[in-house]
Amino acid sequence: MSIKEKQERVTLGFWIYLMTDLLIFAVLFAVYAVLKESTYGGVTIHEIFNPPFVLVETLILLTSSFTCGLAMLAAHKENKKMMVPYFLVTLFLGIVFLAMELYEFAHLISEGHDWTKSAFLSAFFTLTGTHGLHILIGVIWITILLIHIKLRGLTPTTLGKLTLAGLFWHFLDVVWIFIFTIVYLMGGVS
Amino acid sequence: MEFIFGRLTLNSLPHEWFTIGGTGAITMMMIGIALFITRIKRWKWLWNEWITSVDPKKIGIMYMIVASLMLVRGAMDAGMIWLQQAMSVGASSGYLSAQHFQEVFTAHGVIMVFFVTMGFLFGLLNYMIPLQIGARDLASPFLNTTGFWLYVAGAILVNLFFVFGGQFAATGWLAIAPLSGTEFSPGVGTDYWTWSLQTSGLGTLMGGINFIMTILKMRAPGMTLMRMPLFTWTSLVAMCIVVTIFPILTATIALLSLDRLFGMHFFTTDLGGNAMMYTNLIWMWGHPEVYVLILPSFGIYSEVVSTFAQKKLAGYKSMVLAAFGIGSIALVVWLHHFFTMGAGANVNAFFGIMTTFIAIPAGVQIFNWSSTMYKGKIRFLGPMLWFLGFSGTFIFGGLTGVLLAVPPADFQLHNSLFLVAHFHTTIIGGALFGIFAGITYWFPKISGFKLDEKLGKYAFWLWIIGFFVSFTPLYILGLMGATRRLDHYDASTGWQGLFIISVIGFLIISSGAIMQVIQIVVSIKKRNKNLDTTGDPWNGRTLEWATSSPPPFYNFAKIPEVTSRDAFWEMKKNGTHNKKHEYKDIEMPKNTALGLYISGFALVFGFAMVWHIFWLAMVCVVGGVVCMIIRTFDNETEYVVPAAEIERIELRNIKQRRST
Repeated sequence: MSIKEKQERVTLGFWIYLMTDLLIFAVLFAVYAVLKESTYGGVTIHEIFNPPFVLVETLILLTSSFTCGLAMLAAHKENKKMMVPYFLVTLFLGIVFLAMELYEFAHLISEGHDWTKSAFLSAFFTLTGTHGLHILIGVIWITILLIHIKLRGLTPTTLGKLTLAGLFWHFLDVVWIFIFTIVYLMGGVS
Repeated sequence: MEFIFGRLTLNSLPHEWFTIGGTGAITMMMIGIALFITRIKRWKWLWNEWITSVDPKKIGIMYMIVASLMLVRGAMDAGMIWLQQAMSVGASSGYLSAQHFQEVFTAHGVIMVFFVTMGFLFGLLNYMIPLQIGARDLASPFLNTTGFWLYVAGAILVNLFFVFGGQFAATGWLAIAPLSGTEFSPGVGTDYWTWSLQTSGLGTLMGGINFIMTILKMRAPGMTLMRMPLFTWTSLVAMCIVVTIFPILTATIALLSLDRLFGMHFFTTDLGGNAMMYTNLIWMWGHPEVYVLILPSFGIYSEVVSTFAQKKLAGYKSMVLAAFGIGSIALVVWLHHFFTMGAGANVNAFFGIMTTFIAIPAGVQIFNWSSTMYKGKIRFLGPMLWFLGFSGTFIFGGLTGVLLAVPPADFQLHNSLFLVAHFHTTIIGGALFGIFAGITYWFPKISGFKLDEKLGKYAFWLWIIGFFVSFTPLYILGLMGATRRLDHYDASTGWQGLFIISVIGFLIISSGAIMQVIQIVVSIKKRNKNLDTTGDPWNGRTLEWATSSPPPFYNFAKIPEVTSRDAFWEMKKNGTHNKKHEYKDIEMPKNTALGLYISGFALVFGFAMVWHIFWLAMVCVVGGVVCMIIRTFDNETEYVVPAAEIERIELRNIKQRRST
């Protein structure tokens, strides 16, 4: 069986996995939609929404997706010199995004708005936190693949693995767009 | 101390009759097995040939062994429930406390659905799907072994409360909120429930993805989708449902755990939590799940009917469409489990009508099976009997289901024993009889000899008679107003007689199950009489019969080429199935223990989370991740079986065929 055939299979499986993960997010979005008014006298999304901060967060994540795309292009051209720096930038931006999200969480908690205070806050922390956890997994994953490349070079197998990691990263970007729209923007206007 | 042991104290160790009994039974069994293996010196063999194996045939057999053990466990719970209900009337409060009774019926439901039916299904799928589509393996052998061992980890967690903690969830099998929150269930029982289902659910999800990849990408040349055997088709639909609903289960249980662990408020009664949301989410998983259980069985019936009526299946295309119909309608009927929630007349009407719609594709299947039998030369052997038993029982269960789907009727019957009788009729009569039919049908393929027919007939009749003796009274009791999960009732209700008849039915079913054990033991002893040396004992139609029984580890020396439906039947007709061919090298996946290690970490992680031993949980997360990273660095996951070796095995099989 050829490597290509095998990779086709794995890619199909990975797409199905992404859809299952998307369903997990779908549940969390639905739960958020149901609970977003259940603030129980506590803060609302309107009160904790800091537009410039979240916009910067979003732009950072979008840029990381862009550099990830550039890295994949370089990878397909077997241009290791271009690919590695682009991935490093992607990782850096991912970590900055995570740090900003953690800062936002810490800020909310320090003001007494932690997840035990209302159903809305539970749903908010869970939805955004699950996304953040995925970003962390993505960062670890890409780091390990970079080690692969360092040790073994850019083989067809590693390229296949990189493609999946790239898909994962873009997928997280798409999910964030929905979080940005549904949680922050729609919360901010209403 | 609390940092090291979390909530675990000396008090958590067994000190009641059932925990001491359970712990004793588990320990004795383990010591017994360990001694036996040491005695026959098979540890190494067990490790190399079974535990680390990625062969789906072996994993399939292991699935079925674990499922059988869990069936015994679940049946004991059933007996306890029945006995309590027959005894606990008027002044007598039976032999179980209310709390203990609740734990027993919770465990019964969880075990029967997650660990028995799902276990048998994944066992049969693992063994048969690659054979039916002419493949040598599943798309990802690694996911397969990991999924299996996660299922085992879940099964261990669900029984671990005997040893540590002594209490299981007392919440019903779906742990309905807010009852399952810390406010009403502060103990570890519900945590055992969450982590056990989370672990095995993850395994199921992996299996679902794997089977879809396998069926879509690894079919033999010439086998188009519309040439696939029906068992493969219905399993594909079932696996599509699995990947749609198991993420919902994972997310829902995770939210419940967040409530329980971190004091969040998704499903609590205070601070804005919404308990009905839990009910909605869990049934969005729970209702389609019963179709996951039953669809592969429908596929088995299709194979059995056309093989034993010796005709090709009537209405193949409509059967496939019906499977899709059932699969898709199943996703939009969940609310019929709680018409009484108060969502309003229109919502109830929608879900009621959708539910009755399911009877249409189900009816199509029944009609197609009947027309397949029409003018066929039917052989009334074991698998066919189970099919006939199913069709009567399932029509009965389906009709009571349609009755329950009518919201006004449901307001009367909701959570009554009528409902309990209904879903047992469909799941036992539909899914379980299908599994029995499948095991009897494929037993010669798996073992190389047929099961004893006469004992099988006895077992079948005991089952079917016992079934109606035990569940008909429940229908009547339900109509009389007996609710489910009743640990005690008043003597003036006059229910006790019916409950006692029901227990007698249970005893008849149990003797049927014992008869099945005897059947297997006797068949093994007399195996030389029933040997299947041809690989095709029933004059079968599909590819699994084209290889020897039991199949060699690579399934097919040469991947068969398919030209039509009922591929093997066609080959036999054209005389192309015995054609000589050259043997070539075959690539097979290497054994791996990493799936086992990952599941081991998952098991300890679940245990640590139940007892709030967070340092241990962290260690397990790191351990699991490290195992996965090690796997990504392993490029040599396959080895080559040389052509000479394959020729040797094949010639031996051909010689064996000639000698009989």
